[in-house]
Amino acid sequence: FKKKPRAVNVDLQTDATLQVDISDALSERDKVKFTVHTKSTLPNFKQNEFSVVRQHEEFIWLHESFVENEEYAGYIIPPAPPRPDFDASREKLQKLGEGEGSVTKEEFTKMKQELEAEYLAIFKKTVAMHEVFLCRVAAHPVLRKDMNFHVFLEYNQDLSVRGKNKKEKLEDFFKNVVKSADGVLVAGVKDVDDFFEHEKTFLLEYHNRVKDASAKSDKMIRSHKNTADDVNRIASTLYTLGTQDSTDVGKFFLKISELFEKTRKIEARVAADKDLKLADLLKYYLRESQAAKDLLYRRGRSLVDYENANKALDKARAKNKDVLQAETSQQICCQKFEKISEYAKQELIDFKTRRVAAFRKNLVELAELELKHAKVNLLLSRQTL
Amino acid sequence: MATEREPPPLGDAKQTDFMELEDGEDLFISTASTLESSPTSPEPASLPAEDICSYSNGPQPAEISLDDDREDLFAEATEEVSLDSPEREPILSDEQSPAITPVTPTALVTPRVEPKSISVPAMFERSKEELEEEANGDSFDMEIVVSDPEKVGDGMNAYMAYKVTTKTSLTIFNENEFSVKRRFSDFLGLHSKLATKYMHIGYIVPPAPEKSIVGMTKVKVGKEDLSSTEFVEKRRAALERYLERTVKHPTLLHDRDVMQFLESSELPRAVSTQALSGAGILRMVNKAAEAVNKMTIKMNESDAWFEEKQQQFENLDQQLRKLHTSVESLVYHRKELSVNTAAFAKSAAMLGNSEDHTALSRALSQLAEVEEKIDQLHQEQAYADFYLFAELLSDYVRLLTAVKGVFDQRMKTWQKWQDAQAMLQKKREAESKLQFANKPDKLQQAKDEIREEIEEWEGKVQQGERDFEQISKTIRKEVGRFETERVRDFKTVIIKYLESLVQTQQQLIKYWEAFLPEAKAIA
Repeated sequence: FKKKPRAVNVDLQTDATLQVDISDALSERDKVKFTVHTKSTLPNFKQNEFSVVRQHEEFIWLHESFVENEEYAGYIIPPAPPRPDFDASREKLQKLGEGEGSVTKEEFTKMKQELEAEYLAIFKKTVAMHEVFLCRVAAHPVLRKDMNFHVFLEYNQDLSVRGKNKKEKLEDFFKNVVKSADGVLVAGVKDVDDFFEHEKTFLLEYHNRVKDASAKSDKMIRSHKNTADDVNRIASTLYTLGTQDSTDVGKFFLKISELFEKTRKIEARVAADKDLKLADLLKYYLRESQAAKDLLYRRGRSLVDYENANKALDKARAKNKDVLQAETSQQICCQKFEKISEYAKQELIDFKTRRVAAFRKNLVELAELELKHAKVNLLLSRQTL
Repeated sequence: MATEREPPPLGDAKQTDFMELEDGEDLFISTASTLESSPTSPEPASLPAEDICSYSNGPQPAEISLDDDREDLFAEATEEVSLDSPEREPILSDEQSPAITPVTPTALVTPRVEPKSISVPAMFERSKEELEEEANGDSFDMEIVVSDPEKVGDGMNAYMAYKVTTKTSLTIFNENEFSVKRRFSDFLGLHSKLATKYMHIGYIVPPAPEKSIVGMTKVKVGKEDLSSTEFVEKRRAALERYLERTVKHPTLLHDRDVMQFLESSELPRAVSTQALSGAGILRMVNKAAEAVNKMTIKMNESDAWFEEKQQQFENLDQQLRKLHTSVESLVYHRKELSVNTAAFAKSAAMLGNSEDHTALSRALSQLAEVEEKIDQLHQEQAYADFYLFAELLSDYVRLLTAVKGVFDQRMKTWQKWQDAQAMLQKKREAESKLQFANKPDKLQQAKDEIREEIEEWEGKVQQGERDFEQISKTIRKEVGRFETERVRDFKTVIIKYLESLVQTQQQLIKYWEAFLPEAKAIA
């Protein structure tokens, strides 16, 4: 499946120094192999243009390495792409194969085509998500210089990143529990800085609402797809009726059947577009807002640490014991905190700009597409009349 | 039933049909139609299980060997009199038909007494054609509206009363515009009467809307929610369509039961339509018996046309049922879509609220509004889908059952004919056997008896053949009419549906065009 680069949700500055995209992707049984293609003028790389093959696990590894890196605590880490999920589609294909005898030949071919189209759509989406991740990293002034990132881009052997085994997954789970509990604690601490306080409340609310909107839009789109499916079935029954009937009504039916066929394709397209522009947008910002929340959490954490260090310093000074130690640790915390705060501010502002731009782009495109489809639909209906 | 054969000395029989003998066409048209339409005495609704053989008119008309119409006249006359008198009596007084003068039985008797007067059948023949011309030629000017469903009574005895308004310029009715109140069982009663009168001679009687115990119970109990209002509306529309279809049929239009249904303010309660009544159960038993019979009758089809048509209708039935299921699924999903869109709209509005970038916030709220309007649109479309498309399909599925029933009746008629022939053969054999018997004293008597029986059965055979030919002819005509109707119905509905689709798309375009500048304005 050949694919052209496409920035779905994010407005990126095209920077000649480092350009990353996914030029190809292959779907094998239960994994997807992405061909990551890099064009760069940076001296760190051996060549100016090169490609490697990467799998989903390797993307996750890269993401984790960012998250765990203390240096990057002050940045919004671009959210990891979701796992490619072809299960639903595969199930449907299987069901179709089993039920082959019960539907007519034409219906079967039609349904098969539909499923293949659906599969293709999911495939395209997952490629796009992975690409967006890489592009975000490449566009970030600091992250793009990361060593792991370069290895990821250049090393043309398998990175031998194994998926986490059960023990590690369990560890992760506990870590998450601890983290969320801590997060609640940290969130309770009132921030000195108005900007951050405001951002905190905003992000919290926003995140929840985006989650809700994303879920609802998914439901809506699913219903839409269902109606398209129904229209499809109606179209084929009408077709049979039309061929059977010798009166005028027969011709009528054939025409209507055609119309429904076409409208169905359009409706399916409308649903797909909505999915792309609206649902995906929301989903992506769900993840981004989560990443932003994470950032705030880290900052909050470091603030608490800083305050604790301050208290410890005071205590040490009072007791006149280990003052130097306390001072150094306090200094470290202070620096950390300030660094984080500095970066975070910028990051959050960027986040907003990005978000606004993305929404704008997508909403505009959504509206335009809806218009286009509606007009085509109208034309078809009018013609048949 | 034996009493039906003699003209009872009734001085009070309602004879609106026979009134104003001097008045020109109207009288004869209505008479002719009512007469022509029931050549053999129909059973009253409450006793469907009548011995078929007793249909054939008694010995008298057989001897006279009139053509069908004349026999119709007699049979109908006798039947009408006995059926109607008890019921119609009170109604007579209510009706304000100005020119009715209760005609004495002599009028009834007169045509009977002069069976050979050729003028009568000739006139009937002519007027039958005229009747059809009138129905087909000039614009069928009749409009029926079922409206204002009103709940009457309380609890489990409650029912919905519908107002049936008729606007017409046809002269068979007494006024140009009139309305009556009817309840659902009245409609069922009407259908039941029409079916018993016309189905077995080959007329396709439009089926009545179905009973729904669940739906009605909800209404009776008084639930004022959306589903019961929808149910009532669905039923109202179905009743309207039922009446429209019934009066479109030229024969049924002039049927007295139909006219009475439309016109008279009081109608005797049709009790036998209740599902659990004695009559209801009897009906079900008969249906089962008929189904079994149907399977055992093997008919030699001499006419390929019938076989073709039957096959055609089978296919049509199958496809229509499939289509109906798909359309119902579409309606369901569209309703679901509308609900989900509404939920999304709310969610988007909330999102817009929490967004602190003002332009984006405004755009999001706009999006929410657009989606809300779209959800309304989807809902309306769903209604259109349903009321136009799905209901038409279900009507036709039921109609096709009636059509198939008519074909079955033809088979039954054929069977009767064949049975009669078989009997005749047996009697003939018995006769020839008697010729060779040697009991001289009893011989003559036996021979006479046999002779009589043979004549009786010969008559029955002839009657059977005639019935068969008649029903075949009627069916051909009916099928032709059905096909025309079908084509017309489907065309109209499909066009209307397409128009609704067009409208939906236009609205969609309007909404999105309004939204686009807002989205672009996000800075």
